[in-house]
Amino acid sequence: MENNWYTISVYSENNVGLLNRISGIFLKRHINIEALNVSKSEINSVSKFTIVVNTTEQWVINIVGQIEKQVEVIKAYYHCDDDIIYQESALFKIKSDLLFDEREIQNIIKENNSQIVTVARDFFVLSKSGKRDEINKMHDQLEPYGIMQFVRSGRIAVSKAEMRISSLLEEFQHN
Amino acid sequence: METVKEKKTTSKNKKTIKISGAEAIIHCLLAEGVDLIYGYPGGAIMPVYDELYKFQDKLTHILTRHEQGATHAAQGYARVSGKVGVAMATSGPGATNLVTGLADAQIDSTPMVCITGQVPRHLLGTDAFQETDIIGISTPVTKWNYQVTKAEEIPEILAKAFYIARSGRPGPVLVDITKNAQFEEFDFSYEACVGVRSYNPFPKIDTAKVEAAAALINSAKKPLIVFGQGVILGKAEKELKAVIEKTGVPAAWTILGVAALDSEHPLNVGMVGMHGNYAPNVLTNECDVLIAIGMRFDDRVTGNLDSYAKQAKIIHFDIDPAEINKNVPTDVAVLGNAKDSLEALLPLLNDNKHTNWHNKFKDMYQVEYDTVIKKDIKPTKEKLTMGEVIEQVNLASQNSAVIVSDVGQHQMIACRYAKFNQTKSNITSGGLGTMGFALPAAIGAKMGAMDREVVAVIGDGGYQMTIQELGVIFQHNVPVKIIVLNNDHLGMVRQWQELFFDKRYASTVMVNPDFVKIAEGYHIKSKRVSERSELKSTIEEMLASKDPYFLEVKVEKEDNVFPMIPSGASVSDVRLK
Ligand SMILES: Cc1ncc(C[n+]2csc(CCOP(=O)(O)OP(=O)(O)O)c2C)c(N)n1
Repeated sequence: MENNWYTISVYSENNVGLLNRISGIFLKRHINIEALNVSKSEINSVSKFTIVVNTTEQWVINIVGQIEKQVEVIKAYYHCDDDIIYQESALFKIKSDLLFDEREIQNIIKENNSQIVTVARDFFVLSKSGKRDEINKMHDQLEPYGIMQFVRSGRIAVSKAEMRISSLLEEFQHN
Repeated sequence: METVKEKKTTSKNKKTIKISGAEAIIHCLLAEGVDLIYGYPGGAIMPVYDELYKFQDKLTHILTRHEQGATHAAQGYARVSGKVGVAMATSGPGATNLVTGLADAQIDSTPMVCITGQVPRHLLGTDAFQETDIIGISTPVTKWNYQVTKAEEIPEILAKAFYIARSGRPGPVLVDITKNAQFEEFDFSYEACVGVRSYNPFPKIDTAKVEAAAALINSAKKPLIVFGQGVILGKAEKELKAVIEKTGVPAAWTILGVAALDSEHPLNVGMVGMHGNYAPNVLTNECDVLIAIGMRFDDRVTGNLDSYAKQAKIIHFDIDPAEINKNVPTDVAVLGNAKDSLEALLPLLNDNKHTNWHNKFKDMYQVEYDTVIKKDIKPTKEKLTMGEVIEQVNLASQNSAVIVSDVGQHQMIACRYAKFNQTKSNITSGGLGTMGFALPAAIGAKMGAMDREVVAVIGDGGYQMTIQELGVIFQHNVPVKIIVLNNDHLGMVRQWQELFFDKRYASTVMVNPDFVKIAEGYHIKSKRVSERSELKSTIEEMLASKDPYFLEVKVEKEDNVFPMIPSGASVSDVRLK
């Protein structure tokens, strides 16, 4: 089976130590987590993990099963890129004089729909949200001019299909 | 599970009283029906031990000689009694010594609650004396764990711990309690846990799946059942037997499933896996429908997955959704407790006999008997075999003993040849293969079923890993019977060296102490046998004894366990010699 990009969404109780448990499942199978984001979800007091991995479908199914088995996990799903709307964000820190001296930089900012977050005496900061390749493209364009610092966030994603967490929670409670 | 429901009603009339966290821990244990715990004290758990002193008429604490012993004893207790085993330890080294038992209980689905002391909350994370991150350390080997830092959390968390440990697919839970929480006073009240929002331990049986399974079974010409411990954990022994008898399907077992079906049942066709029986292994690759019940297709059972039962339709009954399609893709998966699933299945099944198919098992058993079994249990050569020792235990106990085995050749021999006429009678470390398991587990097993004969079968290697627990047997006069099968080698490893490493016996020869003298040092009645003529009578004497008894049997030094599926080979490539 071939490797593919998968996004795993995990709805869980907001508990200390759960991240450890979940990351351990990937560790055991020697799978690298390419991106990870944890935040509150649309449901009060329920957290959502968004995890990106590159692996086979069989492994991702097994992993989702193991994640779901954790007592504090309400439900876990996996999605292919086509099943979700997703974004990552990046910040680029660049020397200030470039902003004024290099025309091309202005074009890169415009072309990529990027925003200037701040301009200081020595540096300025650009932000860019989008798919990973869009961020990569902007990175490649800026690289020749010198990037002082670069950082990219974990992926955040919402699924095109419905995730019935609230009704699931109700079902659990009535069981 | 039922007990929790019962308690829900009694807990309605809740009173509150102001007590310390340590005392609250005791009240929680009592409310959960615990009357026996195993453990070892130390600084960070002393307030609880102080309470144990006060409550000793209600709650017995057994001081094992090592915390690992406490976990294995709790496991042995849980496995024969079906109740949750409880072990307790102090922080730091006490807590880390629990890890092997936790891992063992996790992989063998044994309900256990471990309570550890922890440094006071204000010292957490400061590398304080005897501080370890036991939550971090135990996370991969527990079903659930939690660190309590305030006394008022104790009742809710312990209630949750017991509920999680015993519900669904059971497992070990660890609760770490800081010392300040043991001292703090609060208004105590206890309510048993009847559910956790995110946790759904009882999957609903899908009748369509049960019907599909029944249709497949009814249409099968050569069906084979392989059952595991899920039958015992789900209390489905009776239902399993009914299914087998109605359908006439030959039934094989995994090492942890064995005692769920009487050894003498005519449709019991033996053990599957690496050292399992010839017929069920080979015929796994000939059956047309494989019905797996409460087992998880462990690699020791399946051998090479690429050549495992490829021709068969697979039906899998399991309570744990994560086990479905994990190793072997199924055609029909029925999620749920084995008892409920089999109960739903039974009326849909046709009466059948499968006589020709069953005769194939008998013929292959005869081949195995002639080439392997006869030599093992009725040997003609001079030196004693492990198999004949087990056979004598069967005879002397009339198949009714609880056999607790350690890990190695003797374990495989014990599981192959021991006969059982009651469920929950085979206690062994299946998934982790933990040497040192048997002696403390036998202590727990005996305490969990005082009316039953408990015989520990241990190798000379594994015995020395937890030999200190003889102290518990002596101090509490626990009438377990211990048989050490001494081959002066780490036998199983030596066997692999012989077969796969050109007989390079690196570090597997053991020069052993005088085991009889050691047992006598603990004032345990003991004997050594090296002649066949003394074996039968000594085992009879041992089983007749009301007191603990230690028996060392000097066996052939270089015997091998067969049949054997070399690791990575196919189940049909099982070797008879
Ligand atoms: C704690 C632990 N360490 C190492 C092993 C690897 N191991 C498996 S069987 C075995 C040999 C066991 O020898 P012994 O206890 O004498 O039993 P025998 O095989 O001779 O019956 C060893 C070392 C293990 N299973 N557990």
